[in-house]
Amino acid sequence: MGKAEKRGRAEAGLASGGSIVQFDNVGLRYGTGAETLSDLSFSLQEGGFYFLTGPSGAGKTSLLRLLYLAQRPSRGLIRLFGEDIVTMPRRRLPGFRRRIGVVFQDFRLVPHLSAFDNVALPLRVAGVADKDLENPVKEMLAWVGLGHRATARPATLSGGEQQRVAIARAVIARPELLVADEPTGNVDPDMAKRLLHLFDSLNKLGTTIVVATHDLHLISSIGRAQMLRLDRGELLDPTGALRHPPRRLDA
Amino acid sequence: MKAGVRKFGAADRRLLPEGRLAGPMPWVIAIMTFLTVLAAAAGLGLGSAAGNLDASMASRLTVQIMAANPDRREAEAAAALGALEHAPGVTRVHRLTQDEMQKLLEPWLGGGSLEADLPIPAMIDVDLASAAGDRLDAVRGAIAAAAPSARVDSNATWLAPLGRLIGALRWLAITLVLLMIGATAATVVLAARAALDTHRATIEVLHLMGATDVQVARLFQRRIALDALFGGAVGLAAAALVLVLLGSRAAALGSDLLGSVALGPLAWALLIALPILGVLLAMLVARATILRALGRML
Repeated sequence: MGKAEKRGRAEAGLASGGSIVQFDNVGLRYGTGAETLSDLSFSLQEGGFYFLTGPSGAGKTSLLRLLYLAQRPSRGLIRLFGEDIVTMPRRRLPGFRRRIGVVFQDFRLVPHLSAFDNVALPLRVAGVADKDLENPVKEMLAWVGLGHRATARPATLSGGEQQRVAIARAVIARPELLVADEPTGNVDPDMAKRLLHLFDSLNKLGTTIVVATHDLHLISSIGRAQMLRLDRGELLDPTGALRHPPRRLDA
Repeated sequence: MKAGVRKFGAADRRLLPEGRLAGPMPWVIAIMTFLTVLAAAAGLGLGSAAGNLDASMASRLTVQIMAANPDRREAEAAAALGALEHAPGVTRVHRLTQDEMQKLLEPWLGGGSLEADLPIPAMIDVDLASAAGDRLDAVRGAIAAAAPSARVDSNATWLAPLGRLIGALRWLAITLVLLMIGATAATVVLAARAALDTHRATIEVLHLMGATDVQVARLFQRRIALDALFGGAVGLAAAALVLVLLGSRAAALGSDLLGSVALGPLAWALLIALPILGVLLAMLVARATILRALGRML
């Protein structure tokens, strides 16, 4: 199934029902230390909205790193977009990464690039011509309330503004999977709601969303979202949604 | 469009900060180019000098008729001239005239006509088609038969050590050029690694957005090539200035040997090609270094 076709179906509101992410007995160990993640087995449905919670140090960021292909697991099987990415040759990974949007906890904006150029990065990496990316980038900046700061460098932006640039950059290329690590940590409640609304709209267009957060208020604001709870490297499934048909949090 | 094959567009050059990429690297390359071009010029100049030695001097003989008795000397000289004119491989025979002898001896014996009672040997210049050993022996034999008191000096005999010295210097120049190329490559490796470290965060972000290794490497190899181009141009200009100055000084000496060190158009073309090769080398080395480092990322 082609990418365009898949997106077309998602936009038409047809849930494919397939799983976009599948973990089987996944363990992650850095060096020779104890396992940061152990025996993770779960699947995420295409078009789903997931919150990943858990105390600090529970391994949320490590799990997200596996999802956005910054890391391969020490053991176990991970399937992403229906393909085994553990044994996948390295040269095929860039194509997969372009289908994933990432909001890093520390933003990772490129310091010498303007807000505009930072947001345009994923499109440029994907080969979009400059004349074709100008309007989408401007619209996206306006959407996150930074239309007037397009030429500003990250160092001149506040923490909240940087975070919004990071989010705009993550979603500009309309990824199939969006992974966000504490995306509302630096913004006021109003902006947090607005950003979440952006994620919500994106999710309705078919993007699968995984948001790591401590903010329970945030979690309760998306009715159809499901929750994954990580504790000491192990996954708890409070809503029972991961292995079984989805159940609404508010049901 | 095939993903990952397309290069970044003009605007993406800004992905790396403007200005010099790797601090002193362009200047190190300028110095390297300067020295490399000088060494190469020395090698090429010595090459042409050695060629001239071989061609114009090594195949020349000087015959001296030493007989003290003037009559006998004249007879032997005439016999030797006759024998030489018919000897195989001889292209030119010339007996030095009284005037030429006088001019030749002036520095030692002073001006004025040579004293009649001072026995001056008769001298004959002989040019051979080649300096091959068997030819030389044949000519020697012919002269010895015609003029018993003749002494035959082959220029090759006294030029040989000079030729060997020039040969050794040439090898030294070639070795220096090769060493300099190696050192330049090492400089580029260090500069590329430093640039990678400086821009590691940017590279990681590009990498996680799905930029291919080749896309990232292109950014760096372009910048390093520009730096190398700058360094190469400065080094070449400085070296060319030095060579032109040295050339004019050498020409002022009017020496046959130094004059033959002059660089021809081909040599200049080679010298100009050196920095261009240097830029290509820098690009390839930078690309390889960066692709290797990126290969260590997932």
